[in-house]
Amino acid sequence: MRSAGHKRTRVAKSRVGLGLRMRRNWQLYAMLALPLIWLAIFAYWPMYGVIIAFKDYNVVSGIWGSPWAGMKYFDRFVESYQFWRLIKNTVYLHVYELVATFPLPIILALCLNTVRKKWFSRTTQLITYAPHFISTVVVVGLLVVLTSPNTGVTNKLIGLFGFGPTDVMGDSGMFRHLFVWSGAWQTMGFAAIIYLAALTSVPPELHEAAIVDGASRLRRMWHIDLPAIVPVAVILLILDIGRILSVGFEKVLLMQNSLNLDVAEVIDTYVYKIGLASSVPQFSYATAIGLFRSVIGLVLLVLANTFARRFAKSSLW
Amino acid sequence: MSAGTTLAPDEQRLGAGAPIQDTKSDKIALACIYTALGLFCLAVLYPIVYVLSASVSNTKLVSAGEVWLWPVGFTLDAYKAIFDYKSIVTGFGNSVFYAVVGAVVATVLTLLAAYPLSRKGLPGKGIIMAAFVFTMMFSGGLIPTYLVVHELGLLNTRWAMILPTALAVWNVIITRTYFMVTIPEELVEAGKVDGCSDFGFFWRVVLPLSKPIIAVNLLFYAVGSWNSFFNALIYLTNEHLFPLQVILRQILLQTKVDPSQMADTSKLAQMQELQQQLKYSLIVIGMIPPLLVYPFVQKHFVKGAMIGSLKG
Repeated sequence: MRSAGHKRTRVAKSRVGLGLRMRRNWQLYAMLALPLIWLAIFAYWPMYGVIIAFKDYNVVSGIWGSPWAGMKYFDRFVESYQFWRLIKNTVYLHVYELVATFPLPIILALCLNTVRKKWFSRTTQLITYAPHFISTVVVVGLLVVLTSPNTGVTNKLIGLFGFGPTDVMGDSGMFRHLFVWSGAWQTMGFAAIIYLAALTSVPPELHEAAIVDGASRLRRMWHIDLPAIVPVAVILLILDIGRILSVGFEKVLLMQNSLNLDVAEVIDTYVYKIGLASSVPQFSYATAIGLFRSVIGLVLLVLANTFARRFAKSSLW
Repeated sequence: MSAGTTLAPDEQRLGAGAPIQDTKSDKIALACIYTALGLFCLAVLYPIVYVLSASVSNTKLVSAGEVWLWPVGFTLDAYKAIFDYKSIVTGFGNSVFYAVVGAVVATVLTLLAAYPLSRKGLPGKGIIMAAFVFTMMFSGGLIPTYLVVHELGLLNTRWAMILPTALAVWNVIITRTYFMVTIPEELVEAGKVDGCSDFGFFWRVVLPLSKPIIAVNLLFYAVGSWNSFFNALIYLTNEHLFPLQVILRQILLQTKVDPSQMADTSKLAQMQELQQQLKYSLIVIGMIPPLLVYPFVQKHFVKGAMIGSLKG
């Protein structure tokens, strides 16, 4: 049966019935089987499990057997004294991160693209990618070591100017700055890759024509290079907006201590604490908060995408 | 480029045929760009170099603030202390195991998912792709995922560190784009004419052509696994299974040094000092393996990003 189909033209193939086409491709479906089983178990089964947000879940009765609770847990969250604090901390941290660090890889890519010495640009890339491959635990460890009140370099440095040592990690006023700028240190170089890739699509004739017209280097960066990366930037921005309620949660958790918790508690860390880290885990309540967060993220993503499609003419779908 | 030479009036040319000279303002701009990039590189490197130096310096001198950039009072005591601390050694071994096995499992799954989805005219391809992509935008969340792992009986097993994160949709998309660009439809047709099955074609033609993307997948999955700590935090309670990052967190951030983990109890008195010594050498141990690997794969993932951005 298979050999009969081999030599047909493509036009003939499209007329072949769906069932036959599927049977002919059975080996491709067989390859997809394992990944699809994985997807069903580790991505879609948890989505089904989300219904415990609407139930009084207990381990004995299981997901289906537990009694329904309606919107009880959502009401409890919205009315809790934690609600506005968590929303404020999460949004503040993410918006600060977005505003401060989003333009940085773009600027880096524009600069790297201007550099004509190959060895210089290659070395810079090699070095600036490095922090991306360092773990969050180590980055926070570096922060602790560098800012330690007793032995840290930063305190020795400000000591030279006559200031006394301060415990920066325990200072809630410094938490957001440390979080955002150490994040910039870690991700900026690697994030520039995608913009550098977009810049390779700029035709050199554009630059040549602009040079003929007497455009300076900065003008060419602004009028030729920047427009070439705007579509990519818009897409990344949409994705970032969709993540507005889910800031780099592992790092927040690692940077938390009893002194900065008033600004460092975000939705995801709270979910972890009441859901898994507590001695009396509240599975349903934690799931409800997590679901609340995911739904808002999805809505924001859709909104940002619609907005971008209309005004920037570039979108995810 | 040389077209500009005749037209720019303020050109300070060296002679006919010389490449175009930058104007004064361009030179200043370039100088600023080089300086800024150079400074940024230094800012990236400094913490790394500092910790490397501190880890091989005399602990007392580090505490006294004598180390600024280069090692002072060279010694390898901090690294010897690591080998005296049992859980670090087992943690290192566990991390290597999770990274290697995890990367192989995940790369196989990614290739198996990406190749069929890269083929033109596979019925149902759109729906399957959408099913993958949707999980990037919405997920069940922490607790439901935990309950699934619990239900499967994976809690406190090595599988909990490998299976739940065994596929990253982002990698599937990149790999699929790679296949679409590098395996032309004509090649597939030619394979069919020669009587090659899909399995045979994938094994004998696609895989040998895909070494770069396989390397990128292995690197990303291995580094991701090496660097992750959260899955271990929620899925594991058995200390013998802990990866290095969890031990790092205990010692670096929670300042827990467990005397029972030390082979030589006579060192108990020096616990405070040990803590100081361990900090720097531990950061180095946790940081170095990925840093040693990525430069070898760098050109591949840069190329991968280019292909991805052209298509997607």
